[in-house]
Amino acid sequence: MHTVVEATHALVTLDVALPGIVWGWIITMNMWAKSIGTGVIFMLFYLLKKYPNEAGYLRFPVIVVSLVFIHIFLLFTVLDLHQMFRFWHIFFHPHFTSAITVGAWIVTGLVGVLFLMAYMVFLKKDTVAFDKLLPWAVIISIPVTLYTAAIMAEATARELWQMPTEAVQMILAATLTGSATLILMGGKLPYVAKRDLGIVLGLSAAMAFLLYMSEMVFGPMKAEEVMATLQAVKGAGQYTTMFWIGQLMAFIVPMVLVLLSISSKSESLLKLAAILAIAGLWIVKHVWLIIPQLLNLS
Amino acid sequence: MQLGFLVDLHLCMGCKGCEVACKVENEVPLSTWRLRVKYVDVGMYPETKRTFTPLRCNHCANAPCERICPVSALHYIDNGIVNIDKERCIGCAGCIMACPYGAIYIDPETQTADKCTYCAHRVASSMMPACVVACPVEANIFGDLDDPTSNISKYIQDHKDTRVRKPEKGTDPHHYYVGGGDVNLNPLASERIEGYSLFSKLTHLPVGGHH
Repeated sequence: MHTVVEATHALVTLDVALPGIVWGWIITMNMWAKSIGTGVIFMLFYLLKKYPNEAGYLRFPVIVVSLVFIHIFLLFTVLDLHQMFRFWHIFFHPHFTSAITVGAWIVTGLVGVLFLMAYMVFLKKDTVAFDKLLPWAVIISIPVTLYTAAIMAEATARELWQMPTEAVQMILAATLTGSATLILMGGKLPYVAKRDLGIVLGLSAAMAFLLYMSEMVFGPMKAEEVMATLQAVKGAGQYTTMFWIGQLMAFIVPMVLVLLSISSKSESLLKLAAILAIAGLWIVKHVWLIIPQLLNLS
Repeated sequence: MQLGFLVDLHLCMGCKGCEVACKVENEVPLSTWRLRVKYVDVGMYPETKRTFTPLRCNHCANAPCERICPVSALHYIDNGIVNIDKERCIGCAGCIMACPYGAIYIDPETQTADKCTYCAHRVASSMMPACVVACPVEANIFGDLDDPTSNISKYIQDHKDTRVRKPEKGTDPHHYYVGGGDVNLNPLASERIEGYSLFSKLTHLPVGGHH
């Protein structure tokens, strides 16, 4: 009697244990803190252009917040190294094809500019010099925001992370958290300025959500690795609940709250949207960081 | 000179001699492997067959690990081997994230990246890699891909079913397989279920031990 052999039914019957998660929550902290650290710079630039008198008082507090979050980002970057006391090798043995190296050098430049701005506004009380330095901080903040996307693109093994999608996601994360942070910090701003920040927050959330949903629907049609990776956030996947909690908190609910706040001129709703967006983005970033690492590579 | 590796999967019988020789030669710590042999069973009982696939670093011509390494700890040497300088490595694990073949690990003793170097230290002394010497059926073939008269070049020319792993990644691996199919070379073509390991039910280990 002829037996049909199910040739595709292949089972691993003996192998070594696979490595666990390589880049975990420490890297999530890194990306999240960097989004805030650069995002507030982008938003301060906008506010000082559009509302120079009303937003003037934000110069010093925003620089402090940026410096604090950039340093949280740097701290977690170093903490994640298995040989953290060799961090200086990046500066003395640099390899410039690596986005990690390029990013480290650019961030160093940004920290220098931020400290100079803090010095100008706090000790010298020179807002003119501060405002001349701000465009440079904005320009340097762009590659600082983007370089993690370049690292993810260089992580050839993780098919889910593609350029330019990740680059756009990084910029949107910065504008989302930057606007959200300034909504929380800008108590003395006029309502129109807060409304502008709310619109930036809402649009960032909408575009980021659209990108994630596009990846969910169309990514699996292009590559089997993406299909296998996204199983972790579909159906009964290991990270499905966390993924949707993140999408709700970071994007869906803030979008709705921004719309409601604009129609009712409610600042409380804007603040709630801001808090949810900042907290939710951590979850979103974490899930997207972890799920490609669940895939067996060999 | 461009050194390369070829494994004839028709010959490999899964004895794991290469795996053990590699462990001994390179003092590879517990819970990590530079080279491992994976068993995959195909088909439905009683029509089944077992495949054996030695897996190691591919020493790619366009190596993502070399590109992403921020301090050139991973670097090419003149004979085409992708080598590692463990004194320079900062343990960022970028190479582990970049390698499509899962060939790199964090050494739990030194907390730096490590991987197969084609036994560069032995090659420098005109010796064959330890796994080649240990193989009882000469399934491992090692040599200069730039030399058309080398064993490996002739083997590739004589066997039309020579393949590399994940060619779509554009890494241009210098590690070839003869007689390999999807179940050998594509990890997504086989299922891993609990208990696939012979000696334990551990499916995952922390990267670099306790970090």
